Amino acid sequence: MSAIQETVMNNTSRLESCFAELKQQNRPALVSYLTAGDPEAETSRRLLHGLPNAGVDIIELGMPFSDPMADGPAIQKAALRALNNGQTQAKTLEMVRRFREENSTTPIVLMGYYNPIFCYGVDRFLADASSAGVDGLIVVDLPPEHDEELCQPAAQHGIDFIRLATPTTDAKRLPKVLANASGFIYYVSVAGVTGGSAPTPERLESSVAQLRQNTDLPIAVGFGIRTAEQAATIGRYSDAVVVGSALVDCIEHANTPNEAVERVHSLVSELAESVRACREVSEPQVC
Amino acid sequence: MNQPVDLSNSLPDANGLFGRFGGRFVAETLMPLILELQDEYATAKNDPEFQRQLAYFQGDYVGRPSPLYFAERLTEHFGGASIYLKREELNHTGAHKINNCIGQVLLAKQMGKKRIIAETGAGMHGVATATVAARFGLPCVIYMGTTDIERQQTNVFRMKLLGAEIIPVTSGTGTLKDAMNEALRDWVTNVDDTFYIIGTVAGPHPYPAMVRDFQAVIGHETRNQMLEKHGRLPDSLVACVGGGSNAIGLFHPFLDDPDVKMIGVEAGGKGVKSGHHAASLNGGTPGVLHGNRTYLLQNEDGQITDAHSISAGLDYPGIGPEHAWLHEQKRVEYVSATDEEALEAFQVCCRQEGIIPALETAHALAEVAKRAPSLPREHLMVVNLSGRGDKDMMSVAHHLGDKFGVKQL
Ligand SMILES: Cc1ncc(COP(=O)(O)O)c(C=O)c1O
Repeated sequence: MSAIQETVMNNTSRLESCFAELKQQNRPALVSYLTAGDPEAETSRRLLHGLPNAGVDIIELGMPFSDPMADGPAIQKAALRALNNGQTQAKTLEMVRRFREENSTTPIVLMGYYNPIFCYGVDRFLADASSAGVDGLIVVDLPPEHDEELCQPAAQHGIDFIRLATPTTDAKRLPKVLANASGFIYYVSVAGVTGGSAPTPERLESSVAQLRQNTDLPIAVGFGIRTAEQAATIGRYSDAVVVGSALVDCIEHANTPNEAVERVHSLVSELAESVRACREVSEPQVC
Repeated sequence: MNQPVDLSNSLPDANGLFGRFGGRFVAETLMPLILELQDEYATAKNDPEFQRQLAYFQGDYVGRPSPLYFAERLTEHFGGASIYLKREELNHTGAHKINNCIGQVLLAKQMGKKRIIAETGAGMHGVATATVAARFGLPCVIYMGTTDIERQQTNVFRMKLLGAEIIPVTSGTGTLKDAMNEALRDWVTNVDDTFYIIGTVAGPHPYPAMVRDFQAVIGHETRNQMLEKHGRLPDSLVACVGGGSNAIGLFHPFLDDPDVKMIGVEAGGKGVKSGHHAASLNGGTPGVLHGNRTYLLQNEDGQITDAHSISAGLDYPGIGPEHAWLHEQKRVEYVSATDEEALEAFQVCCRQEGIIPALETAHALAEVAKRAPSLPREHLMVVNLSGRGDKDMMSVAHHLGDKFGVKQL
């Protein structure tokens, strides 16, 4: 184990506790993605605070960026809505802090791009994120080649750096991807941007199996998962299922803030029910 | 000047860094491909057969070497330094962009890629890419912002004639940066069969170094041509800087010659103080965008802000990382020229030399107008005439039409 992993694992993190408990329940985690500040601050706060009750196990909260190169139209528009309504890095951290005042167990992972963090100042960001109660970071444009930028400093603040593995990550590349990973591994189910096409089931299952041979970390699968059925199928063999664009679409299509909150939470409930039941059936194919 | 020697060959380092700039800030999906490209390019660089093909196409297809022309009337007009124009506008497709496209398409062939994509601003890179794609029989998709499609319609038509598919990009301001975002999204989705021909010295490593190497033919020729004409090196080099490929192409072979002064001209738009400009070095701060760390136009929260320039090819909120480094090293001086100054220099070049320059290039000429008059005739100043202005007729008519009794084209 690397020194970095040790630092992180000295005291049990929220992510570890969460995955340990779900293992006992023999079910995958439901991970939701929403962009902080989408569509505006107050609705975004209500959306966030209602997620655990609706059945979310782990929260991914997007830090909006003007140029989200790895995102499809849904999350691009979410970022724009948030930024146009004045969302900032500081406000996103403040959202987490307020959430933590009433919830001390649900892990929160901030997801986004490096530039807003770099401009905020890496040390200041990590200190503020850690004190706000952030558990992990997913930074799309920081591959292992740039671990010294944020991944290693994050470990020193007890914040997990969640690494993405993708269909293009071959056997030669995988050790590099896993080296400083912590929290969980996020398997990107399709080569592409968020909100794109659905993954091919067979290929996905074997990719996850292969990944599992190389890491003890929990494996989450995301990109292109929209429905309860997909979530259930993938949740049979993965430790977590991530749903983002489908939730964000609910916000775009809602006519009022109340409707946005209702739609998002009701889709979450549906997904939650589905992942809770997905390993119960004796004949896995039917699931 | 007391510069460290070997500025030119040692960088970037193995991680694609020029000091603290550059790097590979991309999604993991792209990393294996970028590493493969790096290896392929390293091989090609030392492969005599690749170099032979490159030289063949640069000669017989592009029309190189481009002349180094003594601009006698322009020299007289400004009454100071001797002004030489490096005639990149005479290249096939009318700009320096094709130097790079030929190199990259040969690499794409070598790597067995089946599809070409590119971003374009002014459309010159799009046209050059569509051209080489046609020549090598590869399907080609060009991403172009809707604002740029509007102001560069001739080039849009050229690309279509060449068989390229143009995908209009509406996000952001519909300019070059948005086109680049969209091209990156395409690439990450079609990573197996697609080669992304980036048009300037930006993007993740190895692009900034690779594009520079393909463009360095400009500086190598200039060096030989000047030695032939005057038996010595030029005193100063001037080029416009969008992403910075024509500038680095001219500058790079001279970086280790401390007596050669270099000036990069950014687009000052309505003036750097106005906030409406595209001068990343003069009006920006360091940040990370499109795969590299460099100077960017951004707010204090790290959100990229809109660039403004009369010239679509300079309308980009970043700059190649090597320029950021040369700026901090103080090896190159970076200045800016406003829309108005560029338009003025544009007309002077038309009238004095019978050469209609691209609006991008006119920014370099605007700096010549400021600098040349106070220098002695022995001062040899080379300007990179990066492109011709046919594509800009609509924009120029919009700004100057009244003066010539032309309402609209
Ligand atoms: C004629 C011409 N010059 C200059 C540029 C700016 O690009 P770069 O700074 O990469 O040379 C462009 C870009 O479109 C161009 O068309």
